[in-house]
Amino acid sequence: MSVNLKELSKKPDILTPGHRLCAGCGAPIAVRQLLSALDNPVVIANATGCLEVSTSIFPYSAWNCSWIHNAFENTAATISGVEAAYKSLKRQGKVKEDFKFIAFGGDGGTYDIGFQSLSGAMERGHDIVYVCYDNGAYMNTGVQRSSATPLGADTTTSPAGAVVPGKLQHRKDLTAIMAAHNIPYVAQGSPSHFTDLIKKMKKALAVKGPAFINVLAPCPRGWRTETSETISLLRLAVDTCFWPLYEVEDGKWNLTFKPKEKKPVEEWLKHQGRFRHLFKPENRHLIDQFQEYVDKNWETLLKRCEVS
Amino acid sequence: MGKRVALTGNEAIALGMRQINPDVVAAYPITPQTDIVQYFASFVSDGQVKTELVTVESEHSAMSATIGAAAAGARAMTATSSQGLALMWEVVYIAASFRLPIVMPVVNRALSGPINIHCDHSDSMGARDSGWIQLYSENAQEAYDNLLQAVKIAEDKRVMLPVMVCQDGFITSHGMENLEILQDEEVRTFIGEYTPDYSLLDTKRPVMYGPLDLQNYYFEHKKQQAEAMKDALPVILEVAEEYRKLSGREYQLFEAYRMDDAEYAVVIMGSAAGTTRVVVDELRAAGEKVGLLKLRVFRPFPYKALQQVLGKVKAVAVMDRADSFSGFGGPLFSEIRAGLYDLETRPRISGYIYGLGGRDLGIDEIKRVFAETKMIARGGDAADLVTHLGVRE
Repeated sequence: MSVNLKELSKKPDILTPGHRLCAGCGAPIAVRQLLSALDNPVVIANATGCLEVSTSIFPYSAWNCSWIHNAFENTAATISGVEAAYKSLKRQGKVKEDFKFIAFGGDGGTYDIGFQSLSGAMERGHDIVYVCYDNGAYMNTGVQRSSATPLGADTTTSPAGAVVPGKLQHRKDLTAIMAAHNIPYVAQGSPSHFTDLIKKMKKALAVKGPAFINVLAPCPRGWRTETSETISLLRLAVDTCFWPLYEVEDGKWNLTFKPKEKKPVEEWLKHQGRFRHLFKPENRHLIDQFQEYVDKNWETLLKRCEVS
Repeated sequence: MGKRVALTGNEAIALGMRQINPDVVAAYPITPQTDIVQYFASFVSDGQVKTELVTVESEHSAMSATIGAAAAGARAMTATSSQGLALMWEVVYIAASFRLPIVMPVVNRALSGPINIHCDHSDSMGARDSGWIQLYSENAQEAYDNLLQAVKIAEDKRVMLPVMVCQDGFITSHGMENLEILQDEEVRTFIGEYTPDYSLLDTKRPVMYGPLDLQNYYFEHKKQQAEAMKDALPVILEVAEEYRKLSGREYQLFEAYRMDDAEYAVVIMGSAAGTTRVVVDELRAAGEKVGLLKLRVFRPFPYKALQQVLGKVKAVAVMDRADSFSGFGGPLFSEIRAGLYDLETRPRISGYIYGLGGRDLGIDEIKRVFAETKMIARGGDAADLVTHLGVRE
């Protein structure tokens, strides 16, 4: 699947300007890239979260398509229902067009509260694409830890204090968990590598049945980073192998990008205010633990992708 | 013309669903609703319906998927009981606020804890302020008839609200009964084609369901919802009239049984109305001027119509199969009292909570209620304003 950027740039935006997401937010960048892969009419379901509240303030809408927000934890179930209606109505000849169905949820709505509903929808095999924009915490409610929050991060519910140095647990590897559902297509992507990401979305839309894409999406408020650094932080996340780019196509794992030189994870951590306390001498072991975790996951991934 | 068959309440509902032939059903099993989903699944497997069946992983997802389907312009249904309804509570409100004409059979069962699988009305009473129309059924015949009418009520453009069709768990859902059913074709003509005004699948007019609605609009939308609920009352009666012409069976907002010259009366919902009717007949035979008001439509609450009937008696006993734990009786009790407050002369009203967790309500207990109500009608005082009937002290 080729991606012609010139052609893509001519397509009308589905997520249009005028939304109220913050400067430097990774979510709308990811969404616009992903939706540029689309060639069909679409229904989008959106979990409660930043993307939802900032794009749908009644009576305005930033969406150039049909859109539904039901609640926080049920986006996958909601889009399942939309897709089931489509199948039924199409069979009866009441709908003519070939629709696509896409769900967007943050990491809170996907890794945590929406996990059951997501797993159920994947198992049932609905022809949908579920996209998680992972900014590593409950950013919409003010930076609370989620199961996507990396080790050591200072969040408002895992604050770095005198005795507790931020979040004590590693993050959940949701992309691998989704791959374990044996659905036709699973991928991990980053807006810094947009050709790769758009290609993945094209594949996700093309397969018959469920697809899942996990996209890293920096949050300058929660990560405590400069709004201008969003893309360079994503590049570092990929180059340090904190956020490897890969896909699992019909059970086959493919690494879609291998950094020329694997950078130490500190390179990524040091730009972010949420990890600043880790650089105190007494917390050095946490950076080491973080590095070990990244190395182990990277090795596992290389084996799965049969890359040496 | 109708056909006589022997069915359980759940079979009657499943059969009604087959005749409705919804575009989408999303459901999850729970005792005592399970049969409905099982029977319906076999209709799907045997190609008797055009329905897309979504066998979700929870009731929360059942209602969520039903909402998604209805927002996409499908005629969509689900069914549940007890904990299932409690789990979907969050989205039950959303279904009503989206003005989606979803019809949901509810097989009434007690709420945990402690866990109990038998009948009471705590589950649907817990959702009484969710913005759904609620119809209560005395038996399988009524459950079936209410189900078919519910589709037409929900989809009426003056209403556009979801409807719960309640029947008593096990007592009705699993009891075999003779009932009369309509021909498939009659049902299809009665409910008609569903033509949604706003569908997610309309490419010419894309729609937003569930946007962020803040201080400047939310309140207006809630007022519209409240108005739709009020507007449902005449629609429910119109649909009942049309259904009477088709089936010969008459439905109102409630059934007033031997109320014309009654001096005192019992108000009740669901299967216990049958037992109460027997007691009324017995007492009438003994010369007592007693009556029964069986409420069918709890939401919208038909307080004006209730005033006309209950305003004429001296004392009323309101029987609730749910406690509100307000310390002031069950929900039906509170609402009947509030509904009659503006009458110049109003009856004295006492409350009875009965049958929680499937406890039987016997003829002797109903007689006791009538005896106490008679005493109050003659100027006596009740020992307690609200009594938990048949509870061991």
